[in-house]
Amino acid sequence: MTSPGNHGQDRPGVWDKPRNVARLLNVFYALCVVLVLMDLVVHRHVTHPWERFFGFHAFYGFVACWTLVVVAKQMRKILMRDQDYYDVD
Amino acid sequence: MWIEIPPFLPFFAGALLLALAPRGVGRSIILLGLPVLGGLNLLGAEPGSHFQIEVFQYTLTPFRVDRLSLLFGYLFHIAAFLGGLFALHLKREDSDTLQHSAALLYAGSALGAVFSGDLITLFVFWELLAVTSTFLIWARNTEQSVRAGFRYLTIHVVSGVMLLAGALILFHNTGTLDFGYIGLSGVGAWLIFLSFGVKAAFPLLHNWLTDAYPEGTPTGTVFLSAFTTKVAIYALARAFPGTEMLVYVGAVMTCFPIFYAVIENDLRRVLGYSMINQIGFMVTGIGIGTALSINGAVAHAFNDVIFKGLLFMGMGSVLHMTGRMNGSDLGGLYKTMPLTAALTTVGAASISAFPLFSGFVSKSMVMAAVLQEGYYWVWPALLFASAGVFHHAGIKIPYFAFFAHDSGVRAQEPPRNMLLAMTLAAVLCIGIGTFPQFLYGILPFPVDYWPYDATHVLTQTQLLFFGALAFVGLQKTRIYPPELVATNLDAEWVYRRLGPRVVRTVAAAVRIADGAFRGGIRALVEGSVRGVGRLYAPPAGILARHFSSGSMVAWVTVLLAAYLLLYFL
Repeated sequence: MTSPGNHGQDRPGVWDKPRNVARLLNVFYALCVVLVLMDLVVHRHVTHPWERFFGFHAFYGFVACWTLVVVAKQMRKILMRDQDYYDVD
Repeated sequence: MWIEIPPFLPFFAGALLLALAPRGVGRSIILLGLPVLGGLNLLGAEPGSHFQIEVFQYTLTPFRVDRLSLLFGYLFHIAAFLGGLFALHLKREDSDTLQHSAALLYAGSALGAVFSGDLITLFVFWELLAVTSTFLIWARNTEQSVRAGFRYLTIHVVSGVMLLAGALILFHNTGTLDFGYIGLSGVGAWLIFLSFGVKAAFPLLHNWLTDAYPEGTPTGTVFLSAFTTKVAIYALARAFPGTEMLVYVGAVMTCFPIFYAVIENDLRRVLGYSMINQIGFMVTGIGIGTALSINGAVAHAFNDVIFKGLLFMGMGSVLHMTGRMNGSDLGGLYKTMPLTAALTTVGAASISAFPLFSGFVSKSMVMAAVLQEGYYWVWPALLFASAGVFHHAGIKIPYFAFFAHDSGVRAQEPPRNMLLAMTLAAVLCIGIGTFPQFLYGILPFPVDYWPYDATHVLTQTQLLFFGALAFVGLQKTRIYPPELVATNLDAEWVYRRLGPRVVRTVAAAVRIADGAFRGGIRALVEGSVRGVGRLYAPPAGILARHFSSGSMVAWVTVLLAAYLLLYFL
């Protein structure tokens, strides 16, 4: 994960080691699983009908972010122009 | 008595003093002392106190205190202190003096606006906000910033003119200039509403924010993020609470900017879009108009000034130390700027509304109010925006600046005053998030709400963790769009591209029509002149022929003879 500008002069950072990144992600995945399973334990009070579904907020958060990025990426096709678009005509 | 002095006055005096004072310790004392003294004295202000003056036939109320204005008063003193501390290292150049003075005038104008009891006073401070803040953009001293500053100034001055026109129409119809509840009825009210809408960055009126804020100086943008839009939120909360249209306007504001934020490369512009998203929650809260929702809206404004200020400080520090602000040029800075990275992450966690951070305790009030009042189709939009804000502000900002790929940039931590300002803001973010009762205690209405129950903590954490999981998935599958150096078209296209084009096209058409008209007239005149000329042109011109004297005498004789003949007949 070093870049050409790094020149190997300084010590590699914590996140330069793939093992550390993998560890962090594993902890993160485990927490995600625990959080969904807590829906079984915690009695949630529900106002909106959608909230009744098991793991609704987890599902919604995931789908929302995925959709957001995919749609935004497509928007580039229509919206993206050169950096100096407004400066030249 | 000090408290009877309107809170803006010390700031204006301080700005003057600062412009005249020698550079050095005195400057620091003014920059930091003023907000502290002003804030302390505001603590003693009693809701209900005010004073009025008569100008011509108008009764003006330049200073009026109630719980709503007090809340924003405290907030703006905190923001002025943090912003002043963050900018304290600027002492060498003349432009530094200009920036400090402009910042104090700007903070003073914001205070003037929130303590205005009438619409004329509000208008004066509304315009002062525009003018003083523009200097914080121009102080960057690049061609881009100068141009962006002019666009920003024009739009805000127009907003002020709409406010004045609306106020005068309202005065004509109702006979009062009081800055209280107005409600949406009549032309005057609509003009005022739109004027507030420009400053609050309503959809399609929003582009000044994402155009100008990224062009400000590293320290100036911290001030910019604190005052203008929050004055607008205050004004909307005072004049248009319970206006249902605001619920939907706010919902749109929470959603559309986050798409732009995902594909934007300039990280301060990302924060600009994220700011509109956060203001959306406040606008929705004001639109619902219940005690809970208004409390939520203004509490979120309070928190937003601090966490958004912290994020702008984090990015300002990066810009100050590296001279770069594009996500595509940054990355890996956590190695040499660990404190800045950590403090920015606190801001990111706060804006994302993680439990124990400030955003959690205020945004949840608006969300709860939305459900309480049965806006079941607005709630999913706000929930989408809540997940989205974590994605672009919570993850993207720290990730692309401090982590991601190593850009090779090796910048050191910023000056100590900058770090200290960020630390204080971070402490406030966590402090308010952990002990929300202090913030709840100064809200305009009594608070019967507590954010920390098992359901709320669990659902919000699920939402955020799985939003992050989507980010990880998108990165691993390389679906996540790369940071690209580009311009993304937004509403500004209308006045930066379409407008000039229309003007140019119309001008060209007018030029052609004008040319054709002039050409036609000239051809007519030239044709006439030529025709007359031909009459005189020898030898064919009828008026250029020569007649001999003899024949002329003969013709005269004939004419005289004819005359005589006719006379005698």
